[in-house]
Amino acid sequence: MRRRTLLAASATGALLSGCAPERRRATGGRITLRFQSLAWQRESVAANKQLVGEWNAAHPDIRVEYVQGSWDGVHDQLLTSFEGGEAPDIIHDATDDLADFAYGGYLADLTDLLPRRLKDDIPPRTWQTATFGGGVHGVPFLQEPRVLIANRALLERARVRIPTAERPWSWAEFEDAAEDLTRDGAYGVAWPLKEPVSATLNLSLSTGGKVFHRGTDGKVTVRFGAADQRVPRVIHDQLGGDRTAARTTLGMGGSDTLPGFFGGKYAMVPLGFSYRQQIVQQAPKGFAWTVLPSPAGPGVDQRQGVSPQTLSIAADSPYQREAARFIDFFLRPPHMVRLARGDWMLPTGRTALRDPALRTRRHGWATGTALAGQLRPAPAQTVRGYPEWKDKVATPALQEYYSGAIGMGELRERLVDDGNLVLARYQR
Amino acid sequence: MRRGPTARRRAARTGQYLALLGYLVFLAFPLLWLVSTAFKPPRELASLHPGWIPDHPTLDNFRQAFEEQPLLRSAGNSLIASLAAAVITVVIATPMAYVMARHHRSALSRAATGWIVVSQAFPFVLVIIPLFLVLKEVRLIDSRSGLIMVYVVWSLPFALWMLAGYARAVPRELEEAAAVDGAGRLRVLISVTMPLLTPGIVATALFAFITAWNEFFFALVLLKSPRKQTMPIILTHFIGTEGVADLGPLAAASLLATLPSLVLFALIQRRITSGTLAGAVKH
Repeated sequence: MRRRTLLAASATGALLSGCAPERRRATGGRITLRFQSLAWQRESVAANKQLVGEWNAAHPDIRVEYVQGSWDGVHDQLLTSFEGGEAPDIIHDATDDLADFAYGGYLADLTDLLPRRLKDDIPPRTWQTATFGGGVHGVPFLQEPRVLIANRALLERARVRIPTAERPWSWAEFEDAAEDLTRDGAYGVAWPLKEPVSATLNLSLSTGGKVFHRGTDGKVTVRFGAADQRVPRVIHDQLGGDRTAARTTLGMGGSDTLPGFFGGKYAMVPLGFSYRQQIVQQAPKGFAWTVLPSPAGPGVDQRQGVSPQTLSIAADSPYQREAARFIDFFLRPPHMVRLARGDWMLPTGRTALRDPALRTRRHGWATGTALAGQLRPAPAQTVRGYPEWKDKVATPALQEYYSGAIGMGELRERLVDDGNLVLARYQR
Repeated sequence: MRRGPTARRRAARTGQYLALLGYLVFLAFPLLWLVSTAFKPPRELASLHPGWIPDHPTLDNFRQAFEEQPLLRSAGNSLIASLAAAVITVVIATPMAYVMARHHRSALSRAATGWIVVSQAFPFVLVIIPLFLVLKEVRLIDSRSGLIMVYVVWSLPFALWMLAGYARAVPRELEEAAAVDGAGRLRVLISVTMPLLTPGIVATALFAFITAWNEFFFALVLLKSPRKQTMPIILTHFIGTEGVADLGPLAAASLLATLPSLVLFALIQRRITSGTLAGAVKH
């Protein structure tokens, strides 16, 4: 009886579904690949669609269907699609979201699929960001350094030395500059710390901070030594010690700080490079701003961690070679430049980085491009269990530390002791 | 000089109205702010001292929203899914709720009610992968029918619970009186019970409609084709990494997304008002 009901339900379902489209079609030698893009800014979406159109015009037998995805909820959506065997053939994501998919066997290893040209064009350190368990599971193509967006008028009034990519501030100079800039009710700096973990970890690379250490057995442990503590201590002291940073931005995201920045309440805001687009769009007429490199560690160390955006191929796609051909086309240097300009980010390809359009001083492009050589894989992204460590341990601990509720000793204890307990569960 | 009962009543009434006004302002604030934001140019959105009334009102946000995203198509998709879910939910829930209401003392009914309440606590993520696999098996992934079925199943427990409450409020005496007058069971249900249940049915349909209209996660996971995507999915296309958003067009599109619900409420709110039973029973 129950079986009959199930069969009836299936039959009804089949009828209801009408002609639900097949995931992939191969008719008369023509195949269709599904490309889910997460581009969201107007110029970026236009560039993506344009490139897909150009590909389709040149390759009538390998049609690419553009599917607009969204960063919001993409992990859950992809996970479900993978589980159900319904994932797009070509997947746009970011390296910090790939680990679980790569280790879970959902993404194809691209090592033998990609052409030499593309492999050579992207530096080995960038390939590392998408390498999991020895396999390359995504092509990193856009990256975003963290920079200081500064109010030019306040900088000039305080007469601080303007740092450049060649001569950046040290962390100590940055603290001094913030002090000089804190006057007349304005703060030297506003740290948007709604998501404190990635900013803290990625900037800590400049002082030699790693936090995650992989042993010879491949297992990762958390440590929090002097090098790891330098950047968090600077932020903590600015917020609670010399008060050169606004405490009101502790719970803010990057966008939330912009009204205060435009209103002259903060002289500098550490933000991702792509925030320039919002500043260009929203800044009051005549507002003068500039892009400064993030402070450097000992020996002018400007390294910082990034999680580039990636293009991957689903492991269960029957057309992996064709998908790789499309990725190769999509990421040709001139195309990479178009994509980078559309998203206000930096391309990962060496050739694209040399393009004059990305070397202009206008809107701080040149500052960002000069930093490209210093970008490294974010310390955490190949660590299994990092999302849980971040959500359950690091975020609350850092927020409490920055707000002054706990000291460095307790921060260290929680990040290390509680953190290692979390990571251990993923490494049994 | 002591105040009389009339003065006390008046003061209490004034207090009630003031509390109600405060509550209305609290409820209306997000909507009014959304309206304000939708008409502001980008530079005013990032102002340190934002005002209610835009200094330079603009329709650019609406133009941009329509240019960048298929808003009308997605609104149509949402409308189809929500209306279908509301109608099917009510058609299924009404007889079931009536039975539950009339036999609410039975152990089965109590167990069913308990289960309904408990089922509301299930998180989406708990069911999404098994559900996805089942729907894939019956080829209902990326189909409106599949999404509508999910919405019906998801709304049904609460709809039942809600409608059973309304059904319990229909006096048995009225049905008995009609039966005494010679009406058959079906006639009693159609001519006596259903009209009295109408406000409840409308309220339940509205609940099912809004639940489906606002739903994001199932639509995100179950629909693949761009041409089938619903409004909440399209709204997320204005949001980038780290929660950065194209605020103006997002507000404009969100405002458009709230209109159908508001219009629907305005049209049928009278049907929901109670008091339809007043004077129905003679004592």
